[in-house]
Amino acid sequence: MDLLRFITAGSVDDGKSTLIGRLLYDSKNILIDQLEALERSTKNRSDGSVDLALLTDGLRAEREQGITIDVAYRYFSTPKRKFIIADAPGHVQYTRNMITGASNTNLIIILVDARQGVVEQTRRHSIIASLLKIPHVIVAINKMDLVEYSQDVFNNIAIEYSEVAKQLGLNEVIYIPISALNGDNIVDRSENITWYDGKPLLELLEEIEIDHDINLDDARFQVQFVIRPQTEELHDYRGYAGKVVSGIYRKGDKVRVLPQDIETTISKLEAGGKEVNEVFAPQSVVIQLSDDIDISRGDSIVKTDDLPNVSNELEVLLCWMDEKPLQPGNKYLLQHNSRLVKAIVRNIEYKLDVNTLQQQVPEGSVRLNEVAKATIKTASSLVYDSFARISANGSAVLIDETSNSTVAAVLINS
Amino acid sequence: MSQYHLDYLEQLESESIHIFREIAAQFERPALLFSGGKDSITLVHLAKKAFAPGKIPFPLMHIDTGHNFPEALEFRDWLVKEVNATLIVRKVEDTIKQRNLTEQKGKFASRNWLQTYTLLDAIEEFKLDCCIGGGRRDEEKARAKERIFSVRDEFGQWNPKLQRPELWNIYNGRIHKGENVRVFPISNWTELDVWNYIRKEKIDLPSIYFSHEREIIEHEGQLIAVSGFIRVDDTDVVQKKKVRYRTVGDMTCTAAVESNATTLDEVINEITSTRISERGETRIDDKVTEAAMEDRKKNGYF
Repeated sequence: MDLLRFITAGSVDDGKSTLIGRLLYDSKNILIDQLEALERSTKNRSDGSVDLALLTDGLRAEREQGITIDVAYRYFSTPKRKFIIADAPGHVQYTRNMITGASNTNLIIILVDARQGVVEQTRRHSIIASLLKIPHVIVAINKMDLVEYSQDVFNNIAIEYSEVAKQLGLNEVIYIPISALNGDNIVDRSENITWYDGKPLLELLEEIEIDHDINLDDARFQVQFVIRPQTEELHDYRGYAGKVVSGIYRKGDKVRVLPQDIETTISKLEAGGKEVNEVFAPQSVVIQLSDDIDISRGDSIVKTDDLPNVSNELEVLLCWMDEKPLQPGNKYLLQHNSRLVKAIVRNIEYKLDVNTLQQQVPEGSVRLNEVAKATIKTASSLVYDSFARISANGSAVLIDETSNSTVAAVLINS
Repeated sequence: MSQYHLDYLEQLESESIHIFREIAAQFERPALLFSGGKDSITLVHLAKKAFAPGKIPFPLMHIDTGHNFPEALEFRDWLVKEVNATLIVRKVEDTIKQRNLTEQKGKFASRNWLQTYTLLDAIEEFKLDCCIGGGRRDEEKARAKERIFSVRDEFGQWNPKLQRPELWNIYNGRIHKGENVRVFPISNWTELDVWNYIRKEKIDLPSIYFSHEREIIEHEGQLIAVSGFIRVDDTDVVQKKKVRYRTVGDMTCTAAVESNATTLDEVINEITSTRISERGETRIDDKVTEAAMEDRKKNGYF
């Protein structure tokens, strides 16, 4: 059984909560006491029937203060797959919320209201999906019951959206007509939508091929922690613990340690405390090398025939996530996986309008929820790839040194 | 399917090990909060794997309410020796005396709430900058919204409004003096994932997770073990039943379920077919208010 992580994106009234509630409910992942709690809180309201959206309802603090926490995680499974849903609320701070929820996902479900068609929000969600290179996109055209399950309505929206997808380079978009409220095409094929011969949503989620989402071609590894037991029997043991970012490593591989730029070979590989002959992404492993080299946290071990970039000047897209705006020229900390370096944001080339993809002349600072193309200079070299090539080695965050907050998502262009 | 493929348990394991290594690298004085329950036992197993062949580079800390199941204590001491870890025990009893705290009264007087005081004192005493907990996001809805690295202020409080964005697999554990971070390495595991992992890895558990005979009383549909920590009234009917525990907390606030399951397979079968959530079935304290966990979390609870 494997694991699929997905995010649902929709504007406030697109029925996102109902969809998630429906998936949990119909796949029998809601337990009796949770259902009772649901019925209790439904009784406290006025209309009577069980409101599936309440299953994803917020905390009391959110209700009282009128805030929404950016992302909640939901879990369910079927005999075929385990699912993790990143449930990000749909309104004001959407860019920040969606990036937080989407950064780790294989798939995005973009909800479109059948009565509205492709709207500005749809476009924005799709742009973010394309920026973050989410591998799989499902466009769920919801509330089909309110347009009499019309095939024409569905087709027109699909045609309209395919233009957006084309412009953004989103490939293999799957379209599905649903009614989350009535359960049409969620778990079972809808009897109301006889003209649709595709699979219901849950089946799509169960069957989408995700093996290729992980890059197994380019070997990248960053040291998280150096294991040195220094006991009598393990006196000289020095193991480099970390997660294989991408690719495959084998015992005997010729490797280069970066940014030191020293060549050596892999003498031993361990996973879970046991010796193995090869390791691959995204395993957490320990690498031992045949030469004694000064290596510490944040250094990279890569194969000699496939090298990443090493530089202290980066072209990046910044998604700003903090109330305090970005001041060009300010110093920040940049964390690239486990490597932490001082960084300065130098030049803001343009701001990207996430509704239209248009480049705008930057005026003043970059604010919360804005996306900007910028140049960053780091105090020491980073070992990276472009986000487009190996996303797991081309992403970073900026941290405000004075508040310790994470203030930006960084997608490295080059 | 290619041979370079991790199943869901292997993926969860890798993610958790990654988190443990970030903890060891980013914090100066972390500690693993150990309760003797299956989630914290799973944490210890993962920590062992993360740092093998070295030893776990931080102590285990037990905030001891004094209301433990004796079997859980025995197991704790065995496990500490087995993995060659350091154990710190701080007792709620002592905090109550030192701080002149008022204990709950009543039939199932619980020290659950008071644990927070002992925990915060221990954090100060050992200058801990990170406490590792076994919380899972599937447990209830406040946890569903908490980060894996959850920053707490000097009062141990969680502030849902001030959570840091947690992007990709990048964890920002930087804090100011006096703050600390609660880290939950098995955030993305469900109850069933934990059980399946325990089976797969053949992890030892305290005996009370399996069917055994015990004297119990029934209270509002829940089975509570007879012990010196609860008040048995004349109206209570003490019965002997075959039970097991689905969670292991204090004897005052953990309920048993009737069961004949004596092996992991049998336990997992029962859990798979149960239609009641773990907290709903076995935690007396969570039924009080819908927002019980949210409140406790904000007050510095694990």
